[in-house]
Amino acid sequence: MAEPVSVDEVAEAMFRMISDAQGVRKLKPNDVSKATIERFGPERCGKGTCKEAIRQLVDSGRCIYTYFGGSYIELPRPEQEPS
Amino acid sequence: MSDERRPTPKLDDLEKGPWPSFVREMKRAAEGSAMADQLLGVLELSYGDRVGHWKHGGVVGVRGYGAGVIGRYSDVPEQFPEVAQFHTMRVNHPAGWFYKTDALRKVCDIWEKHGSGLTNLHGATGDIILLGMKTESLEPVFAELTENGFDLGGSGSVVRTPSCCVGPARCEWACFDTLALTYDLTQHYQDEIHRPSLPYKFKIKASGCPNDCVAAIARADLSIIGTWRDAIDVDQEAVGTYAADGLDVRATVCDRCPSKCMAWDGTSLDIDNSACVRCMHCINVMPKALRPGLERGACILIGGKAPIVSGAMLSSVLVPFMKLEPPYTELKELIGKILELWGDEGKNRERVGEFIQRVGLGSFLEAIGLEPMPEMVKHPRENPYVFYEEYFEEEK
Ligand code: HEM
Ligand code: SF4
Ligand code: SF4
Repeated sequence: MAEPVSVDEVAEAMFRMISDAQGVRKLKPNDVSKATIERFGPERCGKGTCKEAIRQLVDSGRCIYTYFGGSYIELPRPEQEPS
Repeated sequence: MSDERRPTPKLDDLEKGPWPSFVREMKRAAEGSAMADQLLGVLELSYGDRVGHWKHGGVVGVRGYGAGVIGRYSDVPEQFPEVAQFHTMRVNHPAGWFYKTDALRKVCDIWEKHGSGLTNLHGATGDIILLGMKTESLEPVFAELTENGFDLGGSGSVVRTPSCCVGPARCEWACFDTLALTYDLTQHYQDEIHRPSLPYKFKIKASGCPNDCVAAIARADLSIIGTWRDAIDVDQEAVGTYAADGLDVRATVCDRCPSKCMAWDGTSLDIDNSACVRCMHCINVMPKALRPGLERGACILIGGKAPIVSGAMLSSVLVPFMKLEPPYTELKELIGKILELWGDEGKNRERVGEFIQRVGLGSFLEAIGLEPMPEMVKHPRENPYVFYEEYFEEEK
């Protein structure tokens, strides 16, 4: 019943979440993981899967880390200076 | 690279005297680097305006990593286009900061080729700090550094590059191998160092003995400080030699022992080791006569930080004594539990020490599965977090 969600599937869900938030709200990697675990349920998606999914998103260049007082995960975008 | 020397009357004042001057170093760098030259310009302007002309953070980084590059931009880019982007790169230093000279030369060559040529070598984090590069140089510098066996260090909301004192490599007081531990932790936490996943920074620093040469207690969220739990090793004859050579053992050693647990009757030094707080004072004064005991390990402390978002804090005792031998399972399990708890429940930009203040040490200990102990209390009656619940239950 509690079929585990694949890393690819989690990465897709995270990518959508990060895209939806882009320009609206900055997400911390851990917030993305928490929301994803909540969405799929902890029995189907654990922290390890989330970590792998974030690795996939960043290593493939689909997402990037940014720093504005703390570290965030966002879609790649032109260089922007902090205000 | 300017033909004419940039006039810097204010900075020039800081070149006076025979001692080293950062202005002189910047001017030397400016001979070969337009970036270093314009840096002088920005600084001269700052001294006139009495404001810093820098902003930090942003989108810059190398692919795959969320740490190691600190974006830095000038707020006067039109005036000083060469330093419009002036990013910092942190390079993970070897444990204890041991380098062969060619390794340093290599780093310097890479940096002269791609960056401003300026470094303040080791920052407060411990990393090699390369100061001033343009966004376009990030990937080339990263590639050349990694080809030469270097990697970036931590920055942002990550486990920061662990650092330690020189330890047993050249200090007789090391109570554990700070270098081996730091190397091991650096390898173990590679993901946590490069990929931000925490509420804020988390620094680990290790000192081999309570002299705490890396100031772990004040600068690290997790401070690992060497100590011993048996008796101080005393060579009575050598104490006698110190006394014969004119050392007033009573006044300079016994009377300054914070625990007042030592006595000297002119022939023999008596230490009540059960009252000794392992401060190192007596050992520092008479290194030939006294040594840390033989049952050595470290005290693990938590919560230290410099004042950034809120005030400075010193670390306080979490585990009074832990043996530290590879593969350091007990320590890694403890760190794992702390990172997990604070990672889940810490607020954005809340250091672990502030987190503990917010939730209370009692709840924190319960959540990571440690029993409260008297050693965790800084001063008597000041930390009312030990509730002795078992006694309350008996009364019911
Ligand atoms: C203005 C009135 C009071 C003053 C000046 C006062 C002062 C003190 C002082 C100096 C202590 C010792 C604290 C320490 O050792 O760190 C103490 C402890 C204590 N007081 Fe009071 N107190 C007052 C009123 C009260 C009242 C009205 C109660 C109870 C209703 C109370 C209950 C206690 C208890 C239970 C302790 C022991 C706490 C502990 O050991 O942790 N006090 N008080
Ligand atoms: S902290 Fe102690 S062991 Fe480390 S270098 Fe200093 S005195 Fe030596
Ligand atoms: S180490 Fe410090 S507390 Fe212990 S006996 Fe020496 S001076 Fe006293």
